Amino acid sequence: MTSAAHEPQDRALVVLGAGVMGVGITTLALAHGVPVTLVDTAEGVLPVARGRIREGLRMAQMMGALPKDVTTGELTEVTAPAEVDWAAGPAAVIEAITEDAELKAKVLAEVAPAVTPGTPLISNTSSIPIDELAGAIGRPEDLLGTHFMNPSYLIPTVELIRGPRTGEAALRATRELLDRLRRKVIVVNDAPGFVTSRVLHPMINDAARVVEEGTASVEDVDALMRGCLGHPTGPLRTADLIGIDNLVDSLWVLYRRTGDEGCRPCELLLSKVRDGHHGRKSGRGFYTYERAM
Amino acid sequence: MGTSTENASVEQQLLSFLEERTKTPWTPDRDLFADGGLSSLFAMELVVHLESTYDIMVAGPDLQLMNFRTVNAMVAMVDRLRQAAGE
Repeated sequence: MTSAAHEPQDRALVVLGAGVMGVGITTLALAHGVPVTLVDTAEGVLPVARGRIREGLRMAQMMGALPKDVTTGELTEVTAPAEVDWAAGPAAVIEAITEDAELKAKVLAEVAPAVTPGTPLISNTSSIPIDELAGAIGRPEDLLGTHFMNPSYLIPTVELIRGPRTGEAALRATRELLDRLRRKVIVVNDAPGFVTSRVLHPMINDAARVVEEGTASVEDVDALMRGCLGHPTGPLRTADLIGIDNLVDSLWVLYRRTGDEGCRPCELLLSKVRDGHHGRKSGRGFYTYERAM
Repeated sequence: MGTSTENASVEQQLLSFLEERTKTPWTPDRDLFADGGLSSLFAMELVVHLESTYDIMVAGPDLQLMNFRTVNAMVAMVDRLRQAAGE
């Protein structure tokens, strides 16, 4: 597949991985008129993702997060990175696969040679230090991290991680992209869990531990954190939104890199992962849901 | 307009659904999303629930949070959309 380079505003965002975060980022971009090429190699994932993106756009509309002055972007789905129209010069590539440093490095190494130098290569991660991935590509100056929250299209702020080898050009181009997506950007330095996960994930772990120890019910923990401390959803419903499997992966990343015992996933979280109760996306986590979303 | 019996039935079903989901009793006119209430993310579950339970499609200008703020508002919308579908 070849085509002439597009005007900057028409350049697609390539999103690698059509899981919860890939779908959320895709929805956000489409809602703001940015075309997206969504890549997932697993069989049957893209049709499910298409439905979730449709639901996400409806949700964005309902919550007033769908810009009225923008035509929704076009979605292209491909099942392998080799099928992406790399010659068109994407605005950026966002890798949003499983929270596994080795897998992320492998995927980034696979696509980097096809991407025009100077195009931001973005790893969306909740906790993996960006510089751990920089060795996988020949151009560490093009690599940086984002930590979008879930749902990405409803949460207006994005944590942008600048690795020690990230270049100014990649940082600038990514900020421009996020400006177009009307996100408020906070740039932070590289570290396990950066800011939000480093602070939030041990707290959620403790909230689960409180339930595990019988101090309070799931509902009461969240009600207290909402009513007394102004937490918008409560930590355990937040865990369901993050995905309890992803949360546990992230806690292990933090624990292994910091040695902080507060980051060692508690038994209740581990049992939910074993039982397949991964949260909102599986229809059940700390709460049950009308339909997996 | 649907009959008052039909609307009362929808109202009761929605109150039961909400109580089961939230472990909290609700009244027809209480704002679900006001302080101390539900997360606004729950609204999309309400959309899915209404569509699948009452065989309606919530779209366009109907797809806004104010139509899901109270059980009364949802009953009125379900009634209107069912009537429109039957025309």
